[in-house]
Amino acid sequence: MDNNNNNGGTTPTTTTTTTTTSTTTTKRVAKLCELCKVQRPVLKRPKTGQMICKECFYQIFEDEIHNTIISNNLFQRGDRVAIGASGGKDSTVLAEIMTTLNKRHDYGLDLFLLSIDEGITGYRDDSLETVKRNQQQYQIPLKILSYKELYNWTMDEIVAEIGLKNNCTFCGVFRRQALDRGAVLLGANKIVTGHNADDIAETVLMNLLRGDIPRLQRCINIVTGSEGALPRSKPFKYTYQKEIVMYAYFKKLDYFTTECIYAPNAYRGHARDFLKDLEAVRPSIIIDIIQSAENFHFRDEIKMPVQRNCNLCGYICSNEICMACDFLKNLNSGKAKYALNSNSLKNYNKSSNNNNDNGTTIPDTTPTNISAIGFDHPLQQQQQQQQQSSSTTSNS
Amino acid sequence: MKVKIEMTGGLEILFKNQKNHTYEFKDRDTMPLRELVVWMRDTQIQERPELFVEDSTVRPGILVLINDADWELDGGIEYIVEDGDTLSFISTLHGG
Repeated sequence: MDNNNNNGGTTPTTTTTTTTTSTTTTKRVAKLCELCKVQRPVLKRPKTGQMICKECFYQIFEDEIHNTIISNNLFQRGDRVAIGASGGKDSTVLAEIMTTLNKRHDYGLDLFLLSIDEGITGYRDDSLETVKRNQQQYQIPLKILSYKELYNWTMDEIVAEIGLKNNCTFCGVFRRQALDRGAVLLGANKIVTGHNADDIAETVLMNLLRGDIPRLQRCINIVTGSEGALPRSKPFKYTYQKEIVMYAYFKKLDYFTTECIYAPNAYRGHARDFLKDLEAVRPSIIIDIIQSAENFHFRDEIKMPVQRNCNLCGYICSNEICMACDFLKNLNSGKAKYALNSNSLKNYNKSSNNNNDNGTTIPDTTPTNISAIGFDHPLQQQQQQQQQSSSTTSNS
Repeated sequence: MKVKIEMTGGLEILFKNQKNHTYEFKDRDTMPLRELVVWMRDTQIQERPELFVEDSTVRPGILVLINDADWELDGGIEYIVEDGDTLSFISTLHGG
């Protein structure tokens, strides 16, 4: 895996004459790592453009995350930290990094893996197998908590009930609360998630485009939910997805890559494609968006909702009843399909109990339905509802 | 020339659900990567080719490694593929 074309097996019929470097082709100029000046580079860093070798990459990747953790004071010695683990690339690398840094820098943390089983056949059941292998590898306890246990509904059953519209909204609300409840069961006092710089930049864009000021304000925070008992943080806030994937690839980490079978996620998909196109032109764009958003100033009169506890389940929220309980009430009474297009989602939009880290859990559905799921500007909401009945056009 | 291709990160679904592929071009010693990628799109993908190639380059969000190193170190899509090369395509577009 070093050097030029020695990929074993296949016989290199051409070239490979005595002096390998004498071939004056434009490629394979013997570049050296810009950091150690010794090894062959394997990666061009999107953040800086530096070309670096594998060892220097591991070092700088891990050091940067360590610095993020330290400079943002994410943990205290003795913290019990639940790692939200889906089996996907980000959370798999997060589990690896958290165990590595905890040992190397003696953070003194108790780490746990926490997975939510939404009950999606052929998707989550497979990815949970990956998490179980991670548990073996890192030797940290794993808790799997299912929607079925918590809510008595699986996502498969919910989709059968309400169809493929708005199902991601249900799932997002349920998952957020499920992570909190799972963490409580583990006796954890903090949660970390694998949201990376690309995810956050994407969410900033989406919230900006929707005029969702409260979320635009929140989504850039490295720690959310600190007003409740369980702060959540994002150690990968400044970490590029490219580097996370490269890290997983070079370290041969075992992760799961199937897309959720129910997620159309059209709006986020557009934001992601747009961002990736821009990144191809100027890779620093992702960190630039984050930096811009960190420097936004919001007027004071944009009031943030007051926190209280749900009358039914006690979960922290800003209404009498939390969104999960509200959704459940509708599901259990068979009204969910109808109710989702009316009150619940409007309340959901106004409420801020969801704290929706970076929004990955609250995707929209089809473009025609954007206003129905209530991401409009609050002031325009009534107005748009009137229009909505007549117009069901696409996202032009 | 013979090249090895590795598809991961969910991309394998587009390529007959297989991670590893070997392509042989008997009449060629080298081939521009752009040409190879377009050939792969046109002959190896059954459906949704736009998920692999966009504007005659690899779709942004798919990482490419040439012999285990970032393709950006070797000119990206302008690279000239040689006999014995291994190309890895890794999608980053799936959920994490």
